[in-house]
Amino acid sequence: MRLGCNYIIVSTYRYIMRSVFLLLALALALPLHAQENYFVTYSHELEEPGNLEIEAKSVTGAPKDGNAFVATALEFEYGVKTWWTSELYLDGQITAGESTVFTGFRWENRVRPLLSEHWINPILYFEFEDINAADKALLEVVGHDGRTDFLARSDRSEKKREVEFKLILSSNFRGWNVSENFIAEKNLAGGPWEFGYALGASRPLALAASAKPCTFCRENFALGAEMYGGLGDRHSFGLRDTSHYLGPVVTFDTPKGPSLRFSPNFGLNGNSNGFLFRFMISYEIEQFLSKLKK
Amino acid sequence: MWWLIQGALALVLAGSLSAAAGDGEWLRKVPSKGRARTNPYATDPDAPAAGAKIFAEHCASCHGEGAEGKPDKKHPRPNLHSDRLKQATPGELFWLLTNGSQKNGMPSWSKLPDAQRWQLITFLKSLQ
Repeated sequence: MRLGCNYIIVSTYRYIMRSVFLLLALALALPLHAQENYFVTYSHELEEPGNLEIEAKSVTGAPKDGNAFVATALEFEYGVKTWWTSELYLDGQITAGESTVFTGFRWENRVRPLLSEHWINPILYFEFEDINAADKALLEVVGHDGRTDFLARSDRSEKKREVEFKLILSSNFRGWNVSENFIAEKNLAGGPWEFGYALGASRPLALAASAKPCTFCRENFALGAEMYGGLGDRHSFGLRDTSHYLGPVVTFDTPKGPSLRFSPNFGLNGNSNGFLFRFMISYEIEQFLSKLKK
Repeated sequence: MWWLIQGALALVLAGSLSAAAGDGEWLRKVPSKGRARTNPYATDPDAPAAGAKIFAEHCASCHGEGAEGKPDKKHPRPNLHSDRLKQATPGELFWLLTNGSQKNGMPSWSKLPDAQRWQLITFLKSLQ
């Protein structure tokens, strides 16, 4: 039993180190930088047109009565227009004592209907996802999602073809970003509409840039917090039997390099996982298609 | 499923129409209050260097390392040494950085804090 557990720990460690190594190698090879300050919450910031952001967004946890897992969503985000960003996600996970599986893909689009900056900036989000029940990426929490969803979920036979809509509201004020997301999701195979929310606030540690080139200067760090959870479904809207998480978020944007982000998430009720740890590394390749043409 | 595709297309179309509605010279859109804003970093001795750093990080990929602009079939990336920029007030440039000129491919840079946008303007003015 102990040998099996050690094997999983070593495999997980290798998987993470391999991913980090590949992404760091990419970062060293290309002039890059990334953006955004949350894991679940979206702000009104869209990808600059022509830029491609590659992001590995991971979450790890050890659910009560279940096995520890690491789930990663590899994201390719492309700025189609100033007002339209399109993203493809490839999801996978490793669960100790169970399996390492590819769990599906998601295709999402974000459109900005109002082009100039307002006090509150709305963004319309629509997504199609084709994932299975083994998916643990937890890119959002909706309906009555809860702790038990993490147990015995390496069964890929249950397909979830879902559509998801979000209304993203976001404001920038005196260096702060405050964002609110309202989520509606439906399984195309049936079942009621499910609802959820995500809220975030963040601010760089320094608002003005320093004159000298520096890696660890304060303007390269952002601190914030986010909270997200389910709001039940069409038949039982509300907080009953839902799960909720809250946690601080730390982002470090290396100049002309990758962005790193960490967030310990704490479950706020008995339906939630007690603790999740999120980490992310992302890179932005500026004017991706122009570089390809060259 | 078809209604979903229709919905998605409608959203994209709505976005396109919004973009078309945003066409026109950005200068004419700047409200007089915004036009009159002064740059708090205009005399800061560190601002041009800080602005140059911000420019290299966020702007150079489109406008060129020396802000000389870049040709592009759809959206030519303007030369920032142009007369239009020379004549623009700091308030007008701040408005442009905040709102972008989305029809012309210039995104909003409201994600940069106000202070950094002003530092960038100090740098752009130092190019003239």
